[in-house]
Amino acid sequence: MKKENEASNRRNFLKLGLLAGAATVAAVGTKNSLLADEPADEAGSKVKVETSDGKVVEVDSSMVQHPAEENLNKINVREAIPGKKFVMVIDLGRCANERACIEGCQSMHGMMAPVEYIKVKKMQDSELAAPYWFPTLCYQCDNPPCTKVCPVDATFKRTDGIVAVDSERCIGCKFCMAACPYSARSFNFGRPEQVVISEKKTCDDNHCCTTKSEMVGTVSKCDFCPDSGAKGVLPACVTECPNGTIFYGDELEDAVTNGEETFRLSELLKKRAGYRQFEELGTKPRVYYLPPVNRQFPFQDAEGPVNTKE
Amino acid sequence: MIDKDFHPERTKNETFTQDEYMEMKADLLKPIQHIGLWGKVWIGFLIAVIFAGVYAYYLQETKSKYVTVSLRDYTMWGVYISNFVFFIALSMIGVLMSAVLKLTNNEWYRPLSRIAEVVALGAICFAGISIVVAMGRPDRLHYLFMYPRLQSPITWDIIVVITYVVASMVLLYIPMIPSLSTCRNHLSNMPKWQMKMYEWLSFGWEGNPEQWKLLRKGVKILTIMIIPLGVAIQTVDAWLFATTLRPEWDSTNFSGYFISGAFLLGTAAMIVATFVIRKAYKLEKYLTEMHFDKLGQAMVLMASIYIFFNINEYLVPAYKMSSMHANHLIDMFIGEGALMYWMVVLFGLFIPAILPLFPSLRKPLPLFVIALIAVIAHWFKRYLIVIPGQLHPYLPIQDVPESWTHYTPSAVELTIVAATFAGMLLIVTLFSRFFPIISVWEVAEGKLEGKDEIINYK
Repeated sequence: MKKENEASNRRNFLKLGLLAGAATVAAVGTKNSLLADEPADEAGSKVKVETSDGKVVEVDSSMVQHPAEENLNKINVREAIPGKKFVMVIDLGRCANERACIEGCQSMHGMMAPVEYIKVKKMQDSELAAPYWFPTLCYQCDNPPCTKVCPVDATFKRTDGIVAVDSERCIGCKFCMAACPYSARSFNFGRPEQVVISEKKTCDDNHCCTTKSEMVGTVSKCDFCPDSGAKGVLPACVTECPNGTIFYGDELEDAVTNGEETFRLSELLKKRAGYRQFEELGTKPRVYYLPPVNRQFPFQDAEGPVNTKE
Repeated sequence: MIDKDFHPERTKNETFTQDEYMEMKADLLKPIQHIGLWGKVWIGFLIAVIFAGVYAYYLQETKSKYVTVSLRDYTMWGVYISNFVFFIALSMIGVLMSAVLKLTNNEWYRPLSRIAEVVALGAICFAGISIVVAMGRPDRLHYLFMYPRLQSPITWDIIVVITYVVASMVLLYIPMIPSLSTCRNHLSNMPKWQMKMYEWLSFGWEGNPEQWKLLRKGVKILTIMIIPLGVAIQTVDAWLFATTLRPEWDSTNFSGYFISGAFLLGTAAMIVATFVIRKAYKLEKYLTEMHFDKLGQAMVLMASIYIFFNINEYLVPAYKMSSMHANHLIDMFIGEGALMYWMVVLFGLFIPAILPLFPSLRKPLPLFVIALIAVIAHWFKRYLIVIPGQLHPYLPIQDVPESWTHYTPSAVELTIVAATFAGMLLIVTLFSRFFPIISVWEVAEGKLEGKDEIINYK
């Protein structure tokens, strides 16, 4: 009960903040910077922001609506994060199959093994070719085969690059799962243990809530955690990786980061010969891979299956 | 052509007082007047299976689907979908028997057309039910109409299935109007409501020349229109699979493959239905050995065409063995699916293509056995088309529990599938108990036109 009160107080406070933000004439085009994290001061103080034409101006902090203030409960999966085009780069030379990304993702989304929105697969193209670990997730394709086949517009492409699933709309026909060549999607079969976890899971700041993956009988998948991303919070798969394998960022900002290192996206892809998986399928993924060269670790096979429990 | 041969003086009075015709009418109305013990047992059995299916569905929807069905993230489509594909294919029987044969002047269609149409109607209804059963959220079924997206093959499928249900009903009903009037005039000792039903459904049919003219015209238009519709429903069904990027379905051959398969299944199912109805209602005089002879020949033709499409579907990619197709094909040819695959090739393709070449095997009983085996093989054929390939996606399946890498339908799934069959058979059975399963006037008309061979093979 106490918790609820706290939550609602917080919510009211946030509402107030949003109202204040909306009431001011927001003439200044603010850019939701993912990387340069500016603290939101109390109203009255001045903050520096960058305008859309690249100038840095000082404005009153009440004029700046920081994404971190957004109430996560109000997230509308059908609304894209404005001014963003999310992108990911995975450096195959760094992955050692430590499974931290998988576990981080599972705890963040409240999903239980063996459901994995991000998977790590052992790839070996031929006997002589060197094996490597290959993290794979929803590629948020720019030409998504899954959204085409949806009969009720439950899965769709957003302007911020995300392929989202509206769990309130999904009828569970699973056609999108059949259409996805990367097997990225998962169906909530209502596994009893999972239902218990889903009921406990609350939509707080530490959980990305863009997709309501707890809805039984619907399809869910990796959603790229755009609402966390917009707040400047990196997805769990990025932060959990001990080797910094996964880089997350914004194509419009031309920057990706793994939390410690930040690169210019275009330069990184150019220098490291970035590629996309199954380019020949024409799906235009938003996830790039850097080939497994200059490896940080020698390849070590997995000790055994992890997901043995039914 | 029918209009040109139209002779009002011959047809103006449906009771044209020939003893033979009266006898025929009595024969064909008998199943409505009398139901034996076995008839009741059969209906009771079907209803019991349907109730079992309803209970299984109740379990599926109230308990966790992770427990009640064997589907997992990789095999997301199971027997419900393959059963749906089977029923869609089966519904082609109506197009084949009443439209294709009629338009190609194969006069022997006359006593078969109504049987075919009612089987088609039963099949298409339970195809629709199968797909609803497969839905994760059947409570949101109406979303398909509230938020339809025209670019989704499912929307095309809904449009074409609903159109086909309506068209099948109309094509069954319109030529039945004179039969309903026959029932009204010649049946006695029937419950009052049943007579009222005939009265009401026959829409004041008197059998005057103008009504006959309208009827013939209507039937002719419907007969022509049902062919493209039948092709459309098989094609859209094939596109549900062929529009995806999965290697096992990524085929431009798919719609022809589905259409030819549907024609073969339709022929085999027609043989089974004809044999059973002939025995159950003692209609040997009307469903003659000639019909089996002709249907056996048709089965050879249809099976040959289907073999051709199968060669295109399996052997051409197998010749290249691109890594995209290899996993699935090797699994079919020598792997886990090999036993089922080769059984289907043998019983579903080669036996129906070769055995009926021998005239002695086109006799009712041997042909019935061949056709029944073929129908069963064709159910498994749809299983093979839909399910095993899902376990060979582009990216390898790794580190998942045992149940994720195999699919064996659960008891709940199999019970529901059995119930869809029972439902389809119940529709056919009940129909034949209330309406003449052989069209009296169409057979009589064939006789009137001096085409004795329609019912008497000489």
